Amino acid sequence: MSEQNKPEILKMELEALSKNEEFARVAVAVFMARLNPTLEEVDDVKTAVSEAVTNTVIHGYQGNGGIIYLEVGIDGQEIAVTVRDTGIGIPDIKLAMEPMYTTDPDGERSGMGFSFMEAFMDQVEVKSAPGEGTVVTMKKKING
Amino acid sequence: MNQPYFTYEAEGQTLIVHLPEELDHHNCSGLKYETDLILSENYIRRIVFDFSKTRFMDSSGIGILLNRYKQMALSGGSIAIYGAGPQALRILKIGGILKLMKLYDSKEAAVTG
Repeated sequence: MSEQNKPEILKMELEALSKNEEFARVAVAVFMARLNPTLEEVDDVKTAVSEAVTNTVIHGYQGNGGIIYLEVGIDGQEIAVTVRDTGIGIPDIKLAMEPMYTTDPDGERSGMGFSFMEAFMDQVEVKSAPGEGTVVTMKKKING
Repeated sequence: MNQPYFTYEAEGQTLIVHLPEELDHHNCSGLKYETDLILSENYIRRIVFDFSKTRFMDSSGIGILLNRYKQMALSGGSIAIYGAGPQALRILKIGGILKLMKLYDSKEAAVTG
């Protein structure tokens, strides 16, 4: 296998602080540059990553901090992003993924996080267990 | 560092909110408090959001826009947007904002309505 199409991986552990939301999406954007994506494809992935990481900061860890495990895999022209936390978990995933659904008490959240992940990625999978945490895996084919 | 995320400008009864480069959850945290304060102390009939510096926006931006829309709708006021680039425009469209708020080409046009 040539160096060009060998699968590659990036793993990061970030503190669940709101200032790391930008860091996470920019890091993924830089990593995916090797796939020669269009600007629109980079924006799509950045937005999806931002949504997943923000959910972890606000909901998974309830603003109390914790570790966000971010993993990005590139295989051929496909990018796979996994955002994992060991926070409170989601009791009802189907409900949480409904557009406009939010548990945010101050009402400043749109409830569109999961909808945006689904709109901008080809595939979104959510696994969660209350008290154990949540894993969000998102995949997208980059056509360039 | 410590540069304000939002800057505000008043023109008569219109409040212009200049949005930051990155309109995400982190940067949106102060907006509710600041606009609530401004709206309680001034007679504001229209809010104009300036996207001209914004290069990235996610659903956090939609949240703050929707809530300002609800606030203004209650008092019979209006909301306008100008300066949105391609990324912000796609988010505004998918988030359903363009059905609620009018998009203008320039600040002058957005203020005048």
